[in-house]
Amino acid sequence: MASRTLSKDIITLKGSAAIVSEFFGYAANSILYNRGVYPEESFSKVKKYGLSMLLTQDEGVKSFITSLTSQLSEWLEAGKLQRIVLVIMSKATSEVLERWNFNIETDSEVVAKGVSREKSDKEIMREIQAIMRQIASCITYLPCLDEPCVFDVLAYTDKDVAVPFTWIESDAKLIQNPQMVKLHSFDTKIHKVGTLVSYKNDEWDEQ
Amino acid sequence: MDAGSYTSVSSEKMRSRMRSRAPLREVGSTVFIPPLRSSSLSNPLSRQSSADRFIPDRSAMDFDYALYALTESRKEKENSSSATASPSKEAYRKLLAETLLNNRTRILAFKSKPPTPTDGFLSGSTSDPLTSSSHLTKPKQRRYISQTAERTLDAPDLVDDYYLNLLDWGSSNVLSIALGNTVYLWNASNGSTSELVTIDEDVGPVTSVSWAPDGQHIAVGLNNSHIQLWDSTNSRLLRTLKGVHRSRVGSLAWNNNILTTGGMDGKIVNNDVRIRSHAIQTYRGHTQEVCGLKWSGSGQQLASGGNDNLLHIWDLSMSSSTPPPNQNQYVHRFEDHMAAVKALAWCPFQSNLLASGGGGSDRCIKFWNTHTGACLNSIDTGSQVCSLLWNKNERELLSSHGFTQNQLTLWKYPSMVKMAELTGHTSRVLFMAQSPDGCTVASAAGDETLRFWNVFGTPEVAKPVPKGNSVPFSSYNHIR
Repeated sequence: MASRTLSKDIITLKGSAAIVSEFFGYAANSILYNRGVYPEESFSKVKKYGLSMLLTQDEGVKSFITSLTSQLSEWLEAGKLQRIVLVIMSKATSEVLERWNFNIETDSEVVAKGVSREKSDKEIMREIQAIMRQIASCITYLPCLDEPCVFDVLAYTDKDVAVPFTWIESDAKLIQNPQMVKLHSFDTKIHKVGTLVSYKNDEWDEQ
Repeated sequence: MDAGSYTSVSSEKMRSRMRSRAPLREVGSTVFIPPLRSSSLSNPLSRQSSADRFIPDRSAMDFDYALYALTESRKEKENSSSATASPSKEAYRKLLAETLLNNRTRILAFKSKPPTPTDGFLSGSTSDPLTSSSHLTKPKQRRYISQTAERTLDAPDLVDDYYLNLLDWGSSNVLSIALGNTVYLWNASNGSTSELVTIDEDVGPVTSVSWAPDGQHIAVGLNNSHIQLWDSTNSRLLRTLKGVHRSRVGSLAWNNNILTTGGMDGKIVNNDVRIRSHAIQTYRGHTQEVCGLKWSGSGQQLASGGNDNLLHIWDLSMSSSTPPPNQNQYVHRFEDHMAAVKALAWCPFQSNLLASGGGGSDRCIKFWNTHTGACLNSIDTGSQVCSLLWNKNERELLSSHGFTQNQLTLWKYPSMVKMAELTGHTSRVLFMAQSPDGCTVASAAGDETLRFWNVFGTPEVAKPVPKGNSVPFSSYNHIR
């Protein structure tokens, strides 16, 4: 019994990478749903992290996120991923309206020596749950996206990473003079993920 | 000069140069959210302090690299020169180098972009008329119904009598209201008020007013059974109809040149105002005061309600100057109301449909098919029904009530779902009148106020509809 619970709480680099990339997949879906980037009816509900999460049923978006997360977990396992940013842009003008930052700090010792860490699944899940709740509640303060929008995902990697065939280098797609709100973070003891949303300041506020 | 101050100064120089060329881009720090053009440039001190705090969080800016290159070369010099650097300086240098080194990252994005949302779909539930019109089915926009009166006018000396009809809104957009012995005209187009007539004490007060369909002539019923016809354009008394009734004339209804009058004596008389012997027909059926009188849109049927709790439907074609010995000329007699029937309204979009409302001990709105005589529906409103109006543009009915809420209630027809309750009056809402465009409703209540409610939509939207409604009836009348 004791040995079983012990084995459950051990986290390897690979497992941690899977948790983080899966988290990003759900977070991206949740952002796309809550910010109304895609129509409401293209999402369906699933149970995850003790919450009902929404996943897109649009084939194009689905395959985009799937291939994205698989690449992310590869980089995470190598400890090369520093940050993932989901950018929401105006469809008409390509102006960046929102940036969802997921800062990732990797325990370099784990990557270098292949040791594992201990943290219970439950605890990680609780931390992720808190972030998901915050993403869902962010619509209360984020400015209204009152025009059709598109999204893109940027991955900040170490300089020594070879660019995969399907990826290109991009600019940072920054927002001028943004407002920022820091959300909760979670930690697998190997990867620490901090969430932050920055958005375009309403001109109205500045007067 | 130590390394720390050197870097801050040099970065400062560079930043100000950058700024003068292009507006600043996003940086990874809240501290640096700049009130840029104004204070930071005018106050070098604050700039300096923000620069120091800003450095560790900065990301992906080119001058970072430049700064790094600067400090790096200096560091090498320092390193090569000596081990004289203090431990704190060394730590700072390390931190700086680490931060800046980490910033040299590669930013990658998928070559294949996610599919863009389909055209016409709008984020959120916002409405952009241009994009949303591309939808196949555009959901009908819900009309906003203001809960408060648009305008409130004082109506002193308004007689608080359920059986009278003291308010009417003519087709020329002039509202007439009788206050005591005086009839006032209020021009809704420009808001001007004029007094039409003040009658003598011994014949008053005024018990009913009604505009002729032309919007120019107005009939005034008096307490002494006389009916006066006035020309509103020059405030001239045209004629007085006498001997029609034995007591006060509480209800009036026009059907082209026929003025139908209902009296306290229970008689209903059709008067042709053009001819000398004006009383052309009498409807007998009520035993008490006639308080509700309305011609249908086609002008074929007359509905009358009385204090005897009766509702009669009369037919115009049954009229003759010499009433037949059989006095029961009514087409239908409805005895379902348990109190006086004053509120009557013919449906503008469905012929033969009449809504009637009962008084204090009845509180019901009933719907009748006046062709078959069937009661279609009955709703207990919980309060005295003083007046009823149909919306000309939507399938809606507005009712005005007395104790306890003194409210106006808007009902969806035929579901009879309450859409809105308009409160504000502090006494029973005795009379209602609808503007010619069908959008605004005026209500007069026992609290001696006249209130205007924008309850039936906005004039811009509604304008074409009433036109279409009124044309068939008027052409029909011309043929006759």
